Amino acid sequence: MSFSVPSSLEAELDELTTHYPVKRSASLMFLHALQEHFGYISKEAMEWTAAKLELQPINVFELVTFYPMFRQEPLGKTHIKVCRTLSCALQGSAELREQFCNRLGLDSHAHTAQTTPDGKFTVEFVECLASCGTAPVVLVNESLHQTVSPAAAEEILRKGNLA
Amino acid sequence: MAEQFKLITKHLDEPGFSPDIECYLRHGGYAALRKAVASPSRELADGKKLSPQEVLREDVKASGLRGRGGAGFSAGLKWSFVDRRSGKPIYLICNADESEPGTFKDRQIIHRDPHQLIEGMILSCWANDVKLAYIYIRGEMPEGARLLNVALKEVRSKGFLGKNILGTGYDLEIHVHRGAGAYICGEETGLIESLEGKRAYPRIKPPYFPAILGLYMCPTIVNNVETLCHVTHIVNMGAAEYAKLGTPNNTGTRIVSLSGDINRPGYYEIEVGKVTLGQLIHDSNFGGGLKPGRSLKAIIPGGSSSKVLKAGEVFKLNRKGPDGQMSKVDVPVLDLPYDFDSLQQAGTMSGSSAVIVLDDSRSMVVTLGNLSEFYAHESCGQCTPCREGALWLAKATHRLTHGEGRKEDTSYLAHIAQNIQGRTICAFGEAAAWPVLSFVKKFKDEFDAQGAADEAARANGIPPTHRPSPVVTLNLH
Repeated sequence: MSFSVPSSLEAELDELTTHYPVKRSASLMFLHALQEHFGYISKEAMEWTAAKLELQPINVFELVTFYPMFRQEPLGKTHIKVCRTLSCALQGSAELREQFCNRLGLDSHAHTAQTTPDGKFTVEFVECLASCGTAPVVLVNESLHQTVSPAAAEEILRKGNLA
Repeated sequence: MAEQFKLITKHLDEPGFSPDIECYLRHGGYAALRKAVASPSRELADGKKLSPQEVLREDVKASGLRGRGGAGFSAGLKWSFVDRRSGKPIYLICNADESEPGTFKDRQIIHRDPHQLIEGMILSCWANDVKLAYIYIRGEMPEGARLLNVALKEVRSKGFLGKNILGTGYDLEIHVHRGAGAYICGEETGLIESLEGKRAYPRIKPPYFPAILGLYMCPTIVNNVETLCHVTHIVNMGAAEYAKLGTPNNTGTRIVSLSGDINRPGYYEIEVGKVTLGQLIHDSNFGGGLKPGRSLKAIIPGGSSSKVLKAGEVFKLNRKGPDGQMSKVDVPVLDLPYDFDSLQQAGTMSGSSAVIVLDDSRSMVVTLGNLSEFYAHESCGQCTPCREGALWLAKATHRLTHGEGRKEDTSYLAHIAQNIQGRTICAFGEAAAWPVLSFVKKFKDEFDAQGAADEAARANGIPPTHRPSPVVTLNLH
């Protein structure tokens, strides 16, 4: 399958590049946009970004491996990020993650993000999401769910199954 | 009873208050900007004349405003360090990479009142001859980034941003830049590297002080979201009036993020130093006390990187008596005024003003394990003591929380932490070390007991138990 970026997205990215006096600065924004469009950042996407920003592919690759939000493989359609850090842990985020994992048949002791075989869900433990006053919090794709109860977690799973 | 003082958060929870510009304008928005750009120059007693921009810079200094991001450094002084003679452009970056565990104040401003931030930013840029500025927002706040972009579009259409702002001939552009999940981007030089499109490896100071060699090696100001918001209020109120808020050397208001074992977690704005830690935790206007039947065990007073305070601790604080003489006064932990200087005198810091409360159901060993895992994950990997040491700390606490502890782990943890602090390029080394040093010092018995219990269990052939969550008090076999 050949890699191609739709012209509308490319135009959007070209506009983004004008925000910076140095092109390289746009790399994080490029990677966000490409990941949003393709679901992950492929080798081709990194090479494309490097060419657009007049960089070497390694300059882009080292960003993808450094920043936790970037991924090199497609994840589930519903990406559940459970906050692991203290305030959420105090309100039961470990149990919450266990609930997600158990309901989806995933290993609740695994350290990395795990995806269901049908590609519907990915469950991941992430560090502080900066909403400690409404712990435990879960970021489902782009939307923040606060004070997530076991029942609310079930609702997240139900919606994900319909997605 | 102690009360909130709502300056920044005044409208945040008001019914009907929305993040759009029309609502902000109805609430007096952008009046400070109009006022500042129309203000006259000021003649000083020595005959020196200050331009309107210099006046604002002086006013921010006179207001006593200290950075709300973590270090508590004078904002006016930070601005005064900017190299204005280099001929290079000056940049301003709003640090909206809120990621210190426990902190969630900037989130509220960005999501509910983005124009308050933007007005403060425009004012700060104008005062510092900045033509191009960025809001570096953490990647995990996509909604916040979207709201800021909408707000910037609105503000451009009203003529408060872009070319020839309000007919003054002043041009400014602000763009939103998203991070991608790395805590270290909150460190200002790491943030700058990240904004340049690189890994967020902090730069060494000297020579890379942002005020001289910042973004693209140009003079750069990096200010926290809340700090920039205060600039609007300093203009509105006047520096002298603003400085009356709070306490001497700790002026203005601060938004405190309260979380952990309290009845009313949330964000509360206070006059700095006018409310004590005890009031924050127990008053019904604030934290509302602990869960029924629970007693206080510890307080993390300024984000996860600050040194922990133990219930019942008493500190010797410098106090000025009525005769003007300084003397040492005993202050119990709950009577500590919540401000920059008192907490510093108590051996910790108010940091990002995030208070995490721990009650007697919590294991300090498991709590530290949670934090050490955070620092091990977030070390950028540039300096060896931090990259390796943060991981060793996490491994040792992991042992202790998984039934595999050793008697010597308490001293081992302290030893590693001591060898990280002061040996790294940025303050992350201290951030990782301080919780460890304070936990094992103040709760030594708990750590010692866990190591000893695990050793005894091993000697008796009892298999190790897995304790993943701090919700469970440690079972000492």
